[in-house]
Amino acid sequence: MGALMYALQFRKLSLGYDHQPAIHQLHAEITTGSLTAIVGPNGAGKSTLLKGVMGMLTPMEGSLAFGSLSRENIAYLPQQSDIDRSFPITVVEVVSMGLWKEIGPFGWLNKTNQVRVDKAIAAVGLTGFESRVIGSLSGGQMQRVLFARLLLQDAQLVLLDEPFNAIDTRTISDLINLIERWHGEGRTILAVLHNHETVQTHFPQTLMIARELVAHGPTKNVLTAENQFRARQMCEACTGPPHVCGKSAA
Amino acid sequence: MIWDTILQPFAEYGFMRRALLGCIAISLGATPVGTFLILRRMSLTGDAMAHAILPGAAIGFLISGLSLIPMTLGGLVAGLLVALLSGFVTRMTSLREDASLAAFYLISLAIGVLIVSMRGSNVDLMHVLFGTVLALDDATLILLCSISSLSLVILALFFRPLVLECADPQFLRSVSGLSAITHFTFLLLVVLNLVGGFHAIGTLMAVGVMILPATAARFWATSIGGMIVTAVAIAMISSLIGLLLSFHFSLPSGPAIILVNGLIYGMSLSFGPVGGLVAQTTAKQHIQI
Repeated sequence: MGALMYALQFRKLSLGYDHQPAIHQLHAEITTGSLTAIVGPNGAGKSTLLKGVMGMLTPMEGSLAFGSLSRENIAYLPQQSDIDRSFPITVVEVVSMGLWKEIGPFGWLNKTNQVRVDKAIAAVGLTGFESRVIGSLSGGQMQRVLFARLLLQDAQLVLLDEPFNAIDTRTISDLINLIERWHGEGRTILAVLHNHETVQTHFPQTLMIARELVAHGPTKNVLTAENQFRARQMCEACTGPPHVCGKSAA
Repeated sequence: MIWDTILQPFAEYGFMRRALLGCIAISLGATPVGTFLILRRMSLTGDAMAHAILPGAAIGFLISGLSLIPMTLGGLVAGLLVALLSGFVTRMTSLREDASLAAFYLISLAIGVLIVSMRGSNVDLMHVLFGTVLALDDATLILLCSISSLSLVILALFFRPLVLECADPQFLRSVSGLSAITHFTFLLLVVLNLVGGFHAIGTLMAVGVMILPATAARFWATSIGGMIVTAVAIAMISSLIGLLLSFHFSLPSGPAIILVNGLIYGMSLSFGPVGGLVAQTTAKQHIQI
């Protein structure tokens, strides 16, 4: 019965590159349907954690368990630098990629699906931009496009890596509305964020990490000055020379 | 006048018709592959692979002289080996793909030159490097046409994953397991078309047919489909003009074809409506008003 309570469970999970853990023995549980912000200083391993969930990194130790979900049911928005903005592809083509799981590499975009694509584009306020090439969009508009694609992916677990970086405030508030809509639909959302004000106003749960777990729970209990100070200290301590870990995973 | 310069060479001489057919086949197969090479920012990979093919072709030549099948198979095996090894090294170590590919193709090229210089004459090396488009026999023509048909079919099947792999590889990896297969299939297409191309216009010139029309097309079209169609058209027109120049002025045909391609590239760069130099200056003037 407990299996359905969590969407995601980190079991003493360590993730990293070249034998250097960026996440070290993280033990936490993300409740199904929760809206969680992941915060922490630079180099705390926030992006690494999301990559681990996506299976792009294999755990160095410990493990990661999905409740009733499978990886198929996850949508992931990486930091923006990963998409080639000079590529000759239009807004409607990028958004349609969100239907990959339904139509795959060969399927046709039928009438119903075309309507869904149009609706997703409308939901992010980009109607009229359908045939624009992505290279001609502003940073905010591009992020709207990627959110429209996420909408179509219709995933139960949504991972967002710094979705509001370098984006105008109006776009941010529109995108937050979308995130809250997903939350209302019972989806589980994990977002790496920097702006603590955004976290305090819109994210009920917070997971604070600094390579290791700092605190996890209701945002007001986690985002305290004391925790933030501790997180910074932990991160500074871990930028020193590498050492062999004395702790062993249970 | 038109008859004499354009039609007569093809009407009168079988070898010219064969050359044209061979070039059309190469244009159809190699140019779309080249378009994707450009879009993946892998323009120089074509060059590297062309060099990598050499030892395979040379070993084929060593075993059975200047014959089609052994040299083709040898080239294919060498090209794929280099592609797979460098792919393996890229995925297993921190070395980036361009560096590992460079390492393997240089080793491969050195082996190729060694073999050719031990056993062949310079004439044979020239054949592999610059091809013999004016002396295509039936078997070579059938090979060229089969390769371009096959690569068009594969390209059609893999079109969507390939576009995704180029535009947003991380997204493709997050929704499907096709990423690695797409990548290697694409490299297979590159090798296949280069091996086909080297019989006609040589390994080095084949890269020209792959890359130059595609770079020129970037200045004319804004969509991928538009780029591919434009690039194929440019490649075909260049082949025709290049062959005619080669016929009338006794020029080597491979370089003639590539230079016509280069000329069209220069014109596209200057006058192309999509980001060409002239289009850019007029756009600036527009803002000043």
